[in-house]
Amino acid sequence: MRLFNIILGVAVVGPLGFFGIKEIIADPVYFLELFLGGLTRGSIYALIALGYTMVYGIIQLINFAHGEIYMIGAMTALIVASVLGLWGWNSAVIVILAIVFAIVYSCAYGFTVEKIAYKPLRTAPRLSALISAIGMSLFLQNYVMLAQTPEFMPFESLIPDFQFWEPFAHIITAVEMTIIVTTVITMILLGMLIKFTKIGKAMRATAQDKIMASLVGINVNRVISTTFVVGSATAAIGGVLIACHVGQVNFFIGFLAGLKAFIAAVLGGIGSIPGAVLGSLVLGISESMFTGYFWSEYEDVFAFTILVIILIFRPSGILGKDEISKV
Amino acid sequence: MVTKKEIKLSFVIALWFMVLTFPIMVIKVNTIKHIVIFRWENLLWTGIVCFFASLIWNYLLRIKEEKKKSDTKDDIPIVHRLLQNEKFRIPFLAAICLFAIAYPFVFSMYHTSILISALIYVMLGLGLNIVVGLAGLLDLGYVAFYAVGAYAYALLNLHFGISFWVVLPISALLGTIFGTLLGYPVLRLRGDYLAIVTLGFGEIIRIILENWDELGNGPRGIGNIPAPSFFGHQFNQHNSVIYIYFVVIALVLLTIFFVNRLENSRIGRAWIALRDDEIACEAMGIDKFKTKLTAFALGATWAALGGVVFAAKTSFINPMSFTIWESITILCVVVIGGMGSAIGVIAGALVLILLPEYLRAVAEYRMLVFGALQVIVMVFKPEGLIRSIRKTYKFEKTKE
Repeated sequence: MRLFNIILGVAVVGPLGFFGIKEIIADPVYFLELFLGGLTRGSIYALIALGYTMVYGIIQLINFAHGEIYMIGAMTALIVASVLGLWGWNSAVIVILAIVFAIVYSCAYGFTVEKIAYKPLRTAPRLSALISAIGMSLFLQNYVMLAQTPEFMPFESLIPDFQFWEPFAHIITAVEMTIIVTTVITMILLGMLIKFTKIGKAMRATAQDKIMASLVGINVNRVISTTFVVGSATAAIGGVLIACHVGQVNFFIGFLAGLKAFIAAVLGGIGSIPGAVLGSLVLGISESMFTGYFWSEYEDVFAFTILVIILIFRPSGILGKDEISKV
Repeated sequence: MVTKKEIKLSFVIALWFMVLTFPIMVIKVNTIKHIVIFRWENLLWTGIVCFFASLIWNYLLRIKEEKKKSDTKDDIPIVHRLLQNEKFRIPFLAAICLFAIAYPFVFSMYHTSILISALIYVMLGLGLNIVVGLAGLLDLGYVAFYAVGAYAYALLNLHFGISFWVVLPISALLGTIFGTLLGYPVLRLRGDYLAIVTLGFGEIIRIILENWDELGNGPRGIGNIPAPSFFGHQFNQHNSVIYIYFVVIALVLLTIFFVNRLENSRIGRAWIALRDDEIACEAMGIDKFKTKLTAFALGATWAALGGVVFAAKTSFINPMSFTIWESITILCVVVIGGMGSAIGVIAGALVLILLPEYLRAVAEYRMLVFGALQVIVMVFKPEGLIRSIRKTYKFEKTKE
């Protein structure tokens, strides 16, 4: 089986690599653009995928409503920014307030969703929690659609075109640069939170063994809530950034973004935080290459195909440990 | 009943929700015209609704806890008890049969046509019930197989002129093949991946149908799909609706018969056992993978059959009929009706599909309510509206 995998890998990567090198030599700028576009896309996926992977690591549940939390983050930012913009506030203040509101509200939603839809089902069969998660996602989508509008709402970019970035703007725009930089900073902060703080330690302990963690005095319920809140915060950052990048928001953006981020999390190895980041970058870049060189209309099909291929050949993902099922 | 503490708690929760929903419920921005509208009345409504919802929620949670502690055997649902009662069963079934036969002649074509779509959902729900309810596999891309059936009929008829009755078995076979092909790689894995992969598969089929113009005209769809014929005789439009109605009724009866037989068969028991405890099941010598694959493939078969009927009924199909919302609706039918319970699924389909059709004014809230109901049902009544009863064998002591 192992040999077969290697042969298959070479058979796939070989021609692709050959094709890739040929294309890169033919048009290096185009390749660079695609690469950076993919990096931007991957950064956004990473911000969402973190929430999936952290929640999965702790309670082994696919939080279907996570994409909706991301959407609510973007929506809140849009609403706050437009209201303040009409009141004629300073644009720098608007940016900060919009981001702060988006993060606070997404965290509150993440917290509430966990309390309503997942906490009562913690001991129930996995299927029940999964269905409840889908119900929650459906509810949030329709709630935003009915309370606001089913149309796309234009989002005025909150990020200005920085003066000093002018010389590089033809390769990578200021917005894209901001996305990549913000993601990197968020990752570092999150890594520090998990590695060095007390709550991070409690999270790791809970992920390893819930009962044992509660035996040594960790409040598991609080850890789970914190996980949801932290995951929602990163998703909200992602939501604001992508809204600035794409320039429009509606109630349905969370669906596809959530799915892709989930695929990225699986690709990297679900439950593993570095895995989620790596998986997201790989997915973002390869998607960008695929749409750039092959068919752009089959972009989503490509992502799902990748998911199926990983699940067949390496279900534990790139960085995931091989799973030992416990009896 | 309700303590002071609970009222206080509900008050706090209502305040929390008022703050939480403030930007989305109260503020409405029009980014094109640059207008902001504040809808303060929504704030008040949210507060009131959340206050009472929270009171009821906490009350129900408490009852659930108490029930768990007392551990009483809850009795069999009333529908099952009535059906088990010999005296009642025959007149009841006769009344239903009579009603079903008389329906298209008494009511107008419009009502018949709505009932046909509800009955198609009954079929789909019963099919998905095999996958979700009996085998415990969450399939979120059920609509993909439905699309396979519908497009199989449309395309085979368009290019080769094959009639409805010939396509029916062919599409069933196609559904099985697609189900097996998709299930084969994925069913080896843990359950929750299946949800995502099937969700993805459903979207893939839709995207392919939308973009592959040569196959099915892309988003424009395929029109002029003929209604089924009766031994070569084509009915006029009015009679054909009635005819399709009876065809669907026959198919639903067939489905109920099959599902009922399957449930009490060796494989049906294996599905239920697998849903409840995989490890114990493997220890009993049940092939986990094969059993799951049969459930998945059989579910797909029914979806394909439903698709053929759908295409014949609407006479026009395009990819917009096969979105993720369809899958979710069918899932809601199964979950809210009662997972694993055929009667529950039938009741669920009729209620969930017919009610929004007749309550047009609130139809836009349909999906919102579906979502909320899914959560509520899972939290308080995971067995659904009408719960299934496990087959029990009673041994009576023989008097000597």
